[in-house]
Parts: sequence; structure tokens; C-alpha cells
Amino acid sequence: MTSSAGDDQKLPLRAAIAAGVSRTAAALSRATGRGDGSVIGGKLGMMIDPELLAHLAAGRRIALVSGTNGKTTTTRFTAAALGVLGDVATNSFGANMPTGHTSALARAGRTPFAVLEVDEHWLPKVIKATNPLVVALLNLSRDQLDRAKEVAMIAQLWRDTMANYPDIHVVANADDPMVVYAASSAAQVTWFSAGQRWRDDAHVCPKCGSHIVRDEVGHGWHCTSGDLSRPDPQWTIDGSAVIDPSGRKHELKLQLPGTVNVGNGATALAVAHWFGVSPADAAPKLGEVASVAGRYAQVERRGRQIRLLLAKNPASWLEAFDMAEDAPTLLVINARDPDGYDTSWLFDVDFSPVRGKRVLIAGERAYDLAVRLQVNGVPFEYVGTFAKAVEAVPPGRLEVIANYSAFQDIRAELDRVL
Amino acid sequence: MSSSELTIVWVYPDLLSTYGDRGNMLILAHRAQARGIPVRTVEVFANDPIPQGDIYLLGGGEDGPQALAAQRLLRDQGLHRAVDRRAVVFAVCAGYQLLGSSFFAKGEKCRGLELLDIFSNRGETRAVGELAGEVDPKLGLPTLTGFENHGGRTHLGPRVRPLARVRAGIGNDGLSEGAWSGTVLGTYSHGPALSRNPALADLLLRWATGEDNLAPFDESWTAKLRGERLHAVGMQ
Repeated sequence: MTSSAGDDQKLPLRAAIAAGVSRTAAALSRATGRGDGSVIGGKLGMMIDPELLAHLAAGRRIALVSGTNGKTTTTRFTAAALGVLGDVATNSFGANMPTGHTSALARAGRTPFAVLEVDEHWLPKVIKATNPLVVALLNLSRDQLDRAKEVAMIAQLWRDTMANYPDIHVVANADDPMVVYAASSAAQVTWFSAGQRWRDDAHVCPKCGSHIVRDEVGHGWHCTSGDLSRPDPQWTIDGSAVIDPSGRKHELKLQLPGTVNVGNGATALAVAHWFGVSPADAAPKLGEVASVAGRYAQVERRGRQIRLLLAKNPASWLEAFDMAEDAPTLLVINARDPDGYDTSWLFDVDFSPVRGKRVLIAGERAYDLAVRLQVNGVPFEYVGTFAKAVEAVPPGRLEVIANYSAFQDIRAELDRVL
Repeated sequence: MSSSELTIVWVYPDLLSTYGDRGNMLILAHRAQARGIPVRTVEVFANDPIPQGDIYLLGGGEDGPQALAAQRLLRDQGLHRAVDRRAVVFAVCAGYQLLGSSFFAKGEKCRGLELLDIFSNRGETRAVGELAGEVDPKLGLPTLTGFENHGGRTHLGPRVRPLARVRAGIGNDGLSEGAWSGTVLGTYSHGPALSRNPALADLLLRWATGEDNLAPFDESWTAKLRGERLHAVGMQ
């Protein structure tokens, strides 16, 4: 991905100046170690030209990826898959609001392809500004309720939005009733299925209020009044393979762990298919992704192989337990602004999958977790900090599962040491 | 207890379960079992009748499910019969509001269960954050600590007593928090409210079992958590 002032020549003057300022500020932010530059650059650019995102998006073929969980990884996979076609602009640092999108497009220069991760609340505005070719809707579940809108409200917001853009092709999750409700107002939908562990936010039909009944076997579901039921998915998974609409099987050979990432891979292949990339060409690209913004990264420190897993809400904790190997496991909980100040969700997570492992706990809200684990019958050791956990375990594997700000702190700590 | 085991009924987890509401059921069951009390937990969905039980739990919920839960409970009447038998009801947030005579959901006034002499309307601001207060001395409990997240304001009639006097946060109206009468108790301390208030959990167990001498419980972690949260609002 390259960029130069020459790339700005087709932009209106104000947008060209704004794009230039945006890039300079981003570079300064990175150079001074204040951040990765993806927010500050976009902010300054948009102050100069509020329409900058629309100007930068014009003429490009864009995919947007939104949902509560898996957006960053699916965006990364989709960018890798579209890499078959050429350079791809993307907000790979997880800066998923318009400032981050502006910065990503300004930085990328004139490549015709872009994949942008979009915060759920911002999706309508970003669709309006970027006129995307494809929108991928992954899932909706409870996440930081003390500031986020409620699940049903987001589903309605998405549904109202998709009804207004008949030209957009939607790739959506057939296993999540909230997503099905949101996506089924769109004119064109491709459905994917990868199973869903977390179901506690979709007991009631968002359309008619009746109960949603799950089939005993398989992924089927329907509401009792018949208003909403699971559409037949065109894209499915089988173990570590993706099955495309023609029935062909594509073995993914992912470096990223867990069934959930096979599902994210299937979504990426379905999106790329709409850009004309065949799944056979795209699948090998997904196997090249080793970590996503530090997630799943493995680092060695004093003979300990440390793997970092991010879990930021109940649904993603269930997925993290599925990924974690049988090894000493450190659980780290903070409750700062990006995490939400409310730790109630700890009781939505069943921690029994880590019972029997050596469990260590740390973080600013470790006491909340201690009480939760006591009630869950999971023995644990309170170590307080990441550094102390590393000292406490013998050489070998250490799995670390942390929520958002705790995860970022540990990444920063590892960066300083390494 | 109505039978040989303590029956804890979680009312409508399909409607009233927003954020860790399962916690109160898990905590009560854990604390009872630790004292050698046999426990059965029942999760009753909204299309099933309310069964016999000793402790009934109502959680928080979004507006639509809250209104639906109130309608179903009014039609079912099982919770009313349970209260007549002096079963214990512990309700948080949306579940607390619907125990009153009326509440607001989706901009409309909804009829409540009239199991507590309270009614709720909308506040001008949403109450989000730490909540703490001194508990009604009649209950003999230490300071209440919790987290609240609601847009309602609740007004108490003469036939209930406030659960606590607010020292941090909003609660009912910035002055009082929660309400109780007999063995029915409600609070705006949402989600797993009992995780930070083990003495309140034991009060509910005492009410339900009639057993006044519950064996001591390892409170080392709950004590640390309480200390930290009360310190965060300048109360310790």
C-alpha cells in the first residue's frame, strides 16, 4: 500500500488538503509513539473536510464488515482474500469509526479496493458515506451495555438502513436471528452459517415478539408465529473447511485457532466472491494471517510461550475457551471506558471450561472475577499483574485471555520488553 | 421451605436477562449448598406457568421484554400466589419496576403486578454507574453496593420501605434506593447484585428457609470486592 500527493489530484482541493493533513498527522502519531495514527489522522482530516470520507471512498469498490464479534478478524481475512486482485485499503488496527475509515483510505492511496471494519452503531452513516458493494453482518450480542445500545435496537437500526440501499449486497449470518431480522430487509442477501455458541440474546423474535425455538439437532431455528426462521445458508463450514454455494470444499489451513475463525473465513470468502475472487484462489490467502492486531499472537518471554486471546463480551469468552489449549491460563479483567465500567457480564460467562487447568487471575477488576470463579467452583490463584503471572508459571505454554484494555496493556508491556 | 429442598425460580430468563442476571441464582444456590442446604434451581420461560418455589428472581430487561413479562405474570398469577404464601421475591432493575403498580416501557405506561407499593416513570437522564447506600436499619445489613443502568425513576408508597438511603448514584430518585415489604425486595443494583452484597443474599436465604443461623462462609474475596467498590465511591 503506497500513497503520495499525486494520488490526491482527483480529489476536490479541500479534500486533497484534508487527506494530506490526515496522512501527516497519522505519521507523526506513529513516529512519536502516541498511537498507530489511525484515529488522529482521520480526525484532523475530517475537521478540514467533513465530506472527506465520501470523497476518499468515491470510485472504489468497498466491503464493510460489522457485528459485535469477529469484525477485526473477518476484515483482515477479507482484505487478504481481496489481495488476489491487488492492493486493498483497510483499517487493520481496529479503528472502526469514520475517523479510522478516513485515515485508512487516505493512507492507502488510489487502490480501487477497500475493506473496512465498522462499529455497529456507525454502520448507517458509513454506508451512506462509502456506498459499499458488499456489507457483511456477522452477529449481534450483548456488549458493554452501560454505553452501547441494546441488541434489539441495533438490529432495527440495521434493518431500517438496509431497506434503503437495494443495490448493496449483504452477506449475513443465518444462525443469528437478530442478524437475519436485520438483513432480510435487504434486496440481495447471501447467507452463511458457522454455528453460534452464544444464544442468550435471541430468545424473542425481534419481528413479532414470539419465542424463538431452536432445533434439537443442527442449527435450525424459527419463531413460534412463523414470522422469522433460519434461511438456508449458501456458505457453510465442515470442521476446518468452508463449503461454497456449489458444494465445493475448501480446506482453510488457518493459523488462527477456533471454529469461530473458520466461520470468519467463510464470511471473508463469501464477500470476496462478490468481488469476483474465487474461493479456491482466496482460501490459501487466509492461511497467511498469523495474528490480527496482536490477537492470537504468540510471544516468547523467559521460556514461556505466551498466547494472547482477546475476549470482550460473553459470546467472545465462550469462543476463547474453545481456542485455549490445555495449559496454565491467565484471565485478566479491567473495566475502563473501552471495556464498559460494568462487570456484571462475568456472570453470563460459564467459566467451567477452565476448571481443572491452573487458573491465574489479574487485572484492575480481578476481585469481581475472583467472586465469579468462587461461585463457579473454579479454583484460582490471584497474581494481580501479567508480569507476576509469567513468573508464577513454569517454562512452557501460558494462555492469556484478557478483555479489551487489559489486552492492550499486555501488548504494550510485551512490546516494551521485546 | 415448601419441600425438602430449597427451590429457586428464575422467572423468564428469556425475557428478563440483560446483564449477568443469572448471577443471583448461581450465588444463592452456591451459598445455600455451602451450608448443606439442598437446592433446586428452575428456569421458567415466559410460555410456561410459574411453578411452586421458595425464592423467585426477576432480572433486568429491555423495554419490550419488560412489558411482555408483566403481561404474562399478570395473566399467570403464579407469582401473586407465591407472595401470598410468603415466598421470597428478589427483583432487580426492570424486574423491580414491574413489581409496582405501573411503569413506562417504549413510551407507554404499563400496568404492573402491584406486589410492591411503588410506581415508576421516566427520569430526565439515564442513571448509569456505581450505586451505594446505607441499608434500612430494620434489615440489619451492611452498606449496599452495586451498579445501576436504568432510565426510570421510582416512587415509593406508604406500604413499602426504601431498601437504602443513597450515598452514591441515583437509585429510585437520588435519595432512596430500592424497596421492600414483607419478603418482597427490589433494587436498581442490577445484574448479579448479590455478588457484592453477600449479607443480602443470606437474608434472602434466611427468609426462605427460616434458618437464622447460617454457617459462616468464606467471604475473603467478597470482602475485598466490597472494599474496592466502596472505596471507588469514596465510602471506605
